[in-house]
Amino acid sequence: MSLKIVVLAKQVPDTRNVGKDAMTPEGTVNRQALPAIFNPEDLNALEMALEIKDRVPGSTITVVTMGPGRAAEIIRDSMFRGADNGVVLSDRKLGGSDTLATSYAISQAVKKVGKVDIVFGGRQAIDGDTAQVGPQTAEKLEIPQITYAEELIDVTEKDITIKRRLERGVEVVKAQFPLLVTAHASAKACRFYNAKRVMKYKKAFSKSEAEANGFDTNLWNQFPYLKIEEWNAADVACEDDRIGLAGSPTKVKKIDNVVLSQKENVTLEPTDENIDSLVKQLIDTHIIG
Amino acid sequence: MNNVFVYCEITEENYIADVSLELISKARKLANTLGVQLEAIVAGSNVNDLEKSLYPYGVDIINYADDKRLFPYQTLPHFSIVTKLIKEKQPQIILFGATSVGRDLAPRVASFLRCGLTADCTSLEIGEYEDKKEGKVIENLLYQIRPAFGGNIIATIVNPYTRPQMATVREGVMKKEIFSETHKGEVVKLNVNDYVQDSDFCIEILERHIEQQKVNIKGAQIIVCGGYGMASKPEGFKLLHELAETLGGEVGATRAAVDAGMTEHERQVGQTGVTVRPKLYIGCGVSGAVQHRAGMDQSSKIISINTDVNAPLNSIADYTIIGDAFEVVPKLIQYYKKNSK
Repeated sequence: MSLKIVVLAKQVPDTRNVGKDAMTPEGTVNRQALPAIFNPEDLNALEMALEIKDRVPGSTITVVTMGPGRAAEIIRDSMFRGADNGVVLSDRKLGGSDTLATSYAISQAVKKVGKVDIVFGGRQAIDGDTAQVGPQTAEKLEIPQITYAEELIDVTEKDITIKRRLERGVEVVKAQFPLLVTAHASAKACRFYNAKRVMKYKKAFSKSEAEANGFDTNLWNQFPYLKIEEWNAADVACEDDRIGLAGSPTKVKKIDNVVLSQKENVTLEPTDENIDSLVKQLIDTHIIG
Repeated sequence: MNNVFVYCEITEENYIADVSLELISKARKLANTLGVQLEAIVAGSNVNDLEKSLYPYGVDIINYADDKRLFPYQTLPHFSIVTKLIKEKQPQIILFGATSVGRDLAPRVASFLRCGLTADCTSLEIGEYEDKKEGKVIENLLYQIRPAFGGNIIATIVNPYTRPQMATVREGVMKKEIFSETHKGEVVKLNVNDYVQDSDFCIEILERHIEQQKVNIKGAQIIVCGGYGMASKPEGFKLLHELAETLGGEVGATRAAVDAGMTEHERQVGQTGVTVRPKLYIGCGVSGAVQHRAGMDQSSKIISINTDVNAPLNSIADYTIIGDAFEVVPKLIQYYKKNSK
């Protein structure tokens, strides 16, 4: 018996390497200047899925990502590392989705993939750090969740044993399929590309990549493995009022830019007025509460 | 009546966790602003000092699910209790710790109730929101304020139309404050079997190794760090603890200060100690050797208090206060107390 695995992945701006040009002179974020990367903990999740595939031969891994068309890059990246195929869930209607709307759309895509034994995902994405989409997707799929997985201890065709990393220790848990697992950054790093797989999948592309680059989609008939599926909201039967801004209960009231300037050192004499105004400034900027 | 709720976590020693008491302190103020009561949800087994620890922080009602299967925490049974209780009691706000428990539980609850949830808030306030599209103003909303995009922006989030308004807050962000030593509330015992079902216990916990909470400066958002300069008087580190406690932070130390026996090794910041990236680092009499700077130069804001204008720490500081920390620290405490709400 084999297992059917879905790995949820996200292409994110590399907020960890915010350089000088990542901020505009006005102090706003210049998203174009940030390279798009494979969300780090999603790679930990992919590795855990690949380990299961190693141990339970015949298992398949489908990577699901939601984002713009170019997110197909991380599907190819996953295929180079060992994933079998992937889906980009892409639709303008999904823009502005908060975690609730995102988890709804993703759960609809997972349902379309079919009857899945394990859904993996990173604990959180570095552009939001909310760690919400995993548990929310589990709830939408009505399956149990195991968060912060650090190590795959054991897997059989009906259950899985996982070590979880908690803030002050570890816990080993065992659960039956189906379930959703989120991987913690302390889990094993993902394996590198396999040269044969790179040769096989480097020409894989999605529909929007075909349109943008003039690729011949007839190639898919001859080599079905080169097709990166691309679904829109209607393909996965999303209700319009549950996605995008309409489906997002959280609203942004205001955004304050934290102006990243070249470190300017302010030197103060320890007068009462100076200390008073420094403390006020720290409170106003939410540095201290 | 649409009260403010806090989900309480239980420590390994079976007491209410500090992070929950911090949230309760904040929630008490929110409840006062809104003119409603403050309720706690406690799911555990024979929790120690339940009433004694919660009432002084201002809890009016403790919803208590007492069952030996409820500790240690597992997602589904706690999820069932919290969601059912929310449906019964219709809170307007519920807060969770942004801990491994709270971040596991809150999103699942929010998803089930189709409510908005904001993670890792650094500040919570009550205010109004103008829905320009609908042309109306909604009053008494929870402002959920958090840094986003790698800390490069601060966002204020509201949930105008879904209830409860849900947020998580990290440990150490809110201050634990006694509301009234004489405040009393009541316990509402839940009949656990009305809330959970056997299938909620489908995940088996085979092993658990949890360490007792020790000094952990790694997660602190604010670090008040003492250098050798604080050793000249015996009360030096006591003063730093006072500032850290006032600001809701932790005390760190340089290697020189630790070697001089002024504080524990767990508090040492730097290459041979802990690497920290707090929102605010305040160096008091810290010269800033390169080994020390390596462990703290990623702090968002750095204040250096030093009598030496040429201390290396000053070169990476946002603010340098040229003066004696023994005089400056009491002033910081004084003006923080004056300016904070």
